[in-house]
Amino acid sequence: MTWDEGLHRGAQVVADIPATGRELTYLEAIRDALRFELRRDPNVLLMGEDIGIYGGAFKVTQGLIEEFGEARVIDTPMAELAMIYAAIGMSFQGFRPVVEMQFADFISTGFDAIVQFAATNHYRWGQPVPITIRAPGAGGLRAGPFHSQSNEAWFVHTPGLKVVAPATPADARGLLLSAIRDPNPVIYYETKYLYRSLKGPVPEDDVTVPIGEAALRRAGEELSIIAYGAMVGEALAVANQLDAEGHSVEVLDLRTLKPLDEAAILATARRTGKVLIVHEANRTCGVGAEVAALIAAGAFEHLDGPITRVAGPDTPVPYSPPLEDAHRPAAPAILEAARDLLAY
Amino acid sequence: MELHPDLLIRAHYYMRLARALDDRGTFLHKQSKIVGGYFSQIGHEAISVAAGLALGPDDVAAPMHRDLGTYLVRGLHPRRILAQYLGRSTGVSLGRDANLHGMGDLSLGLIGFISHLPASTGVIAGVAHAFKLRGEPRVAMCFFGDGSASQGLAHEALNWASVFQLPMVAICENNQFAYSTPLSRQMNIANIADRAAAYGIPGVIVDGNDFCAVYQATCAAVERARAGGGPTLIECKTMRMRGHAIHDNQAYVPKALLEEWATRDPLARLEATLRARGLLDDDALAALHARIERELDDAQAFAEASPYPEPGTVRDGVYA
Repeated sequence: MTWDEGLHRGAQVVADIPATGRELTYLEAIRDALRFELRRDPNVLLMGEDIGIYGGAFKVTQGLIEEFGEARVIDTPMAELAMIYAAIGMSFQGFRPVVEMQFADFISTGFDAIVQFAATNHYRWGQPVPITIRAPGAGGLRAGPFHSQSNEAWFVHTPGLKVVAPATPADARGLLLSAIRDPNPVIYYETKYLYRSLKGPVPEDDVTVPIGEAALRRAGEELSIIAYGAMVGEALAVANQLDAEGHSVEVLDLRTLKPLDEAAILATARRTGKVLIVHEANRTCGVGAEVAALIAAGAFEHLDGPITRVAGPDTPVPYSPPLEDAHRPAAPAILEAARDLLAY
Repeated sequence: MELHPDLLIRAHYYMRLARALDDRGTFLHKQSKIVGGYFSQIGHEAISVAAGLALGPDDVAAPMHRDLGTYLVRGLHPRRILAQYLGRSTGVSLGRDANLHGMGDLSLGLIGFISHLPASTGVIAGVAHAFKLRGEPRVAMCFFGDGSASQGLAHEALNWASVFQLPMVAICENNQFAYSTPLSRQMNIANIADRAAAYGIPGVIVDGNDFCAVYQATCAAVERARAGGGPTLIECKTMRMRGHAIHDNQAYVPKALLEEWATRDPLARLEATLRARGLLDDDALAALHARIERELDDAQAFAEASPYPEPGTVRDGVYA
């Protein structure tokens, strides 16, 4: 059973994907969203390193320069800071640039442009900055410390930004459509691990996924697992395993990390009384810390156990397979934490 | 080539207005009506006014904190500027940003800067890129200093502008000090403009205290950009005549250097030119002075009568 079959289990589950019969990989769904927006809105353009002729380091943008030309699929110098600043300047003239970081790790090179300029601009002088930054992140691909990072917390901490992290092909497409149309700067974390490993139903029409709404992937009564990105799949695998053992476990896919869907987070915590938060990013001041604080403040009297986190340790992401496997949360570690919490 | 009398008279007004507005701000800071930092632009008036006047109405500029003249030339009213300084709800940023920071208004072709000054080089490269993609005959101009020139983004942005042959004019105001750091600690070459060769664009050096020289150099660069000739880097050599900000007495600057540059004051030089050409006399100067004081009295009264922002609005406007 593949994990996304969990999408279709349970009556209350939010997964209203029209049955078009079309199945795409996570990567194809991203490309499909880019093509859809490039066709729909002449102000949308793509910028990045190696995204045109070469089709992108992961081939996400393959074929787009052929259809839309080099004025809308722009191969740039290796200069993330200038690239994001240029996107900001273009947005001031009505464009909606989608900037590709070749790896999320390289977003640090463009940090000033994002957190100092783009994030503050509307607050300071009222001019929106409608740019989308695609950040292929997270690990599991033996790519080492500088091609495996989950650095989303940097931006979740920054007022003025929105941050999304889809876990399914349908959400990859729907959230990218929303990100491009949003008048604010959006950091779009796509999970490299899922690019070709995950396939699922994806709408063909103009179906967006709203920013700021989590999705309940699986309903349950005894325990809530809250996750995003590739960890949603791990969480569903754990939930299925525990289901087979007679437990009832709920899985909430955050989908948007900023703004967090506080209502959905509190609702699941109140429903089950036990919460396990899972993410690949290192633990300290990660998204899980904020989710835990929300629950502690807003669902305290419903809790029947300690809010628990399974996260990457506070280290760089190592390369060697045994080290990376020890770093990256996966079903066995999540299962152990879930059992502890169920037994509490 | 002699510049047109109307242009010189217009430039004189804006340079005088910038100087007087600067003095008014200093006065208000001493009265504790302006709080926080205050940045004087005295000595930079020729650059900010000349570069501003070289642009057309549809062009876009990203001036910095020593470019009061550019904001004024592009039509930002002194009322809104003083209200901004006083932290009032009628200031350009509604009280959210400080002094000249964040004084953007795209309807006037103005982009608000951030304290990370070379940011404007990158944003303006993007604005110019937009003009190029749309085939519009418009020009984008950024302003940065000798300190900013040491930051990586200034290089990235100028290289970017050259690679894409963008209609961009980069004005580097070399005023010899970045806070207390002298040029000799910024670079080991004689001229910032020499770096233009490394980007494959023209680099122009101009006396930043000579209005006519800055105007002619920026006009040439703007025309070149508008005609599809690509970006130009213009280094305006000048001197920061006050400290980094009002708290800084710049004791680290040799007195002799300041005295030498005081003899090259851009406003005095333009006025000498005007007098030599019969375009200014004592009466006209007194009348101009009175007009500007009236305008600033009005602006100050407006600002002081304006309400502070409501504390309850602190969370408003983070998102569009």
